[in-house]
Amino acid sequence: MTVLTQSRKPRFAAETMTPYTFITPAILVILGGLLYPVFMAFYLSFYDWEIGRDLAKAPFMGVDNFVRMVQDPQVWEVLWVTLRFGFWTITIEMTLGVALALLLEKPIRGASFFRTIFILPLMVSPVVVGLIWRYLFDARIGWINYYLGAFFGIEPQVWLGDADLAFFAIVFTDIWQWTPFIFIIVIAGLQALPSEVVEASTIDGANWYQQVFLVKLPMIKSILVIALLMRLIDVFRGLEVMLIMTGGGPGRATELLSLHIYNRAFDTQQLGYASAISVLLILIVFAISTAILTMANPMKSKSDV
Amino acid sequence: MSGVSLQNVTKSYGSLTVIPDLSLDIAEGEFVVFVGPSGCGKSTTLRMIAGLEKVSGGQIFIGGRDVTWERPKSRDIAMVFQSYALYPHMNVADNMSFALRLAGTPKSEINERVRRAADMLELTDYLHRKPRDLSGGQRQRVAMGRSIVRDAYCFLFDEPLSNLDAKLRASMRTELALLHKQLERTMVYVTHDQIEAMTMADRIVIMKDGVIQQVGTPKDVYNTPVNTFVATFIGSPSMTLLPGELSEQSGSMRIHGSGFELPIPDRLKSRAGASPTKAVTMGMRPEHFAAEARTEAFAPVNLEVKVAEYIGSSQFLAANLGGQDVTAAVEVGPEADLLGDGQYYFDTSRLYLFDRETGQAL
Repeated sequence: MTVLTQSRKPRFAAETMTPYTFITPAILVILGGLLYPVFMAFYLSFYDWEIGRDLAKAPFMGVDNFVRMVQDPQVWEVLWVTLRFGFWTITIEMTLGVALALLLEKPIRGASFFRTIFILPLMVSPVVVGLIWRYLFDARIGWINYYLGAFFGIEPQVWLGDADLAFFAIVFTDIWQWTPFIFIIVIAGLQALPSEVVEASTIDGANWYQQVFLVKLPMIKSILVIALLMRLIDVFRGLEVMLIMTGGGPGRATELLSLHIYNRAFDTQQLGYASAISVLLILIVFAISTAILTMANPMKSKSDV
Repeated sequence: MSGVSLQNVTKSYGSLTVIPDLSLDIAEGEFVVFVGPSGCGKSTTLRMIAGLEKVSGGQIFIGGRDVTWERPKSRDIAMVFQSYALYPHMNVADNMSFALRLAGTPKSEINERVRRAADMLELTDYLHRKPRDLSGGQRQRVAMGRSIVRDAYCFLFDEPLSNLDAKLRASMRTELALLHKQLERTMVYVTHDQIEAMTMADRIVIMKDGVIQQVGTPKDVYNTPVNTFVATFIGSPSMTLLPGELSEQSGSMRIHGSGFELPIPDRLKSRAGASPTKAVTMGMRPEHFAAEARTEAFAPVNLEVKVAEYIGSSQFLAANLGGQDVTAAVEVGPEADLLGDGQYYFDTSRLYLFDRETGQAL
């Protein structure tokens, strides 16, 4: 192969350029859409800039923004909120998603109907999800208070006005929207498992639990890792639902890191400082992703099945 | 009785009947091979013995115990699959010991059994490798090791050699036969490859459309096939079938058809004479053709050779006999060129006769 390409010298420069013309658009998109913003975030984090001011005239701050960030209790507070939010949502979503996938894996009657129902939340735009649940959780006119009162006699709660309840509400909403994502990925993985291996474990005497935990789940490990990774990144990225449901409040009880960055950048016009926090976010996501991929690299084990 | 016994087993999926009614007794320690074209129900039968498929009717006994409604794990069976079905996330030792670990066997015993099986299969150096780091033949041996370690009463094989290349398949055949000798366990083996069946089986079960056509030793099914299906399925290249008429002239029975007139061998004379019909099908195995007459039973036939294939010790001829296609495998010496048209000889003592209407052997 290599010998062939080496021995045949290209006659026209245009010919050698042909492959590059095909990948140029992709490179441009990556450069313009991914690398440029990341670079600008780094760049801006060294300046004190606000919208409307000429970037060239923005005062250079050195590492002041970063020093300020490390000492800023608000940043640590929202980081803690984000980690707690990530822990609860991802733990519950993974558990529920995998459990549902295992239940609906077999072609039982109505399985395809339930599968479609389960993935409906995925099709709703996050902004709309925020609006729907804001009204459902509404203290006065919300369905949740109404039905809790009607069936369980529970007093109306100010869901989005209490720090703990509001946190519960956004966790609940996130689980509602994103469990289907885990479900659909895991069920695809389970159905791609070679049936003979599962049958072999039946003959080896594995019961249902042993089959799930010793054979099926280990075999779709790479799929689980990818799902986990995507959810983790989403946790650090997503802000629409919180922005609309609670705006981050009460206090900073539901203010995730990305929402905090948004508020800093556009409410208080501290774009340089917001960029510095963005850099922190990028580093955290990068560190977590690297850690997960090192522990369980899905690319490495693709020849497993 | 012990061994494996199927009694009036049926299987249908909805209105589609795959196995109409199947009964078979397999003796303890016997190596039985189910063979037939794809879709003949041989794999379904094996999976019903394994308990992976529920029977629609009838009973299955393993080791004298009615296991018809038992789950696979309580049937005392081990199974080897075509795709090996190894657990990709476990190393070879863990793959082999999985069943024992689930059963809570003491660790020392597990290690001992795994070691012994690995020795037997020459896998000792690979015990800590993952299946993906093994070759096809090694994976196949691990799959067998998994069964051996279990020391089950009955071993089931579902086309275990089909994914291997021809050379490896031949050597694994020998290993399997050896394994059967060492373990002395009842083995039920499914394949579509009649050579595997012929080389390994104590008895062959030939199936078609869910119905057993013939059960017999390799010698039986080769020499006395009960019908044209078995006759053409067993043997390679397959037997040629030609229409012919029986006639009797001055006390000697003959068969004649387009381009041939051959004497009926003694072993078939009485049955041919008793045949209600004179319209029969004659079967000629390719290997019973020869370039010269070796005994008196050899009768001349004129073959118009279309293609001659050089095999080494013999040549396969795709030829024309009186307007019909026949296949001949003619032994040749080292100097022979590709054979051409001419007179060849057929060993009429090995001729087969079938009722043309029913296809049953006379």
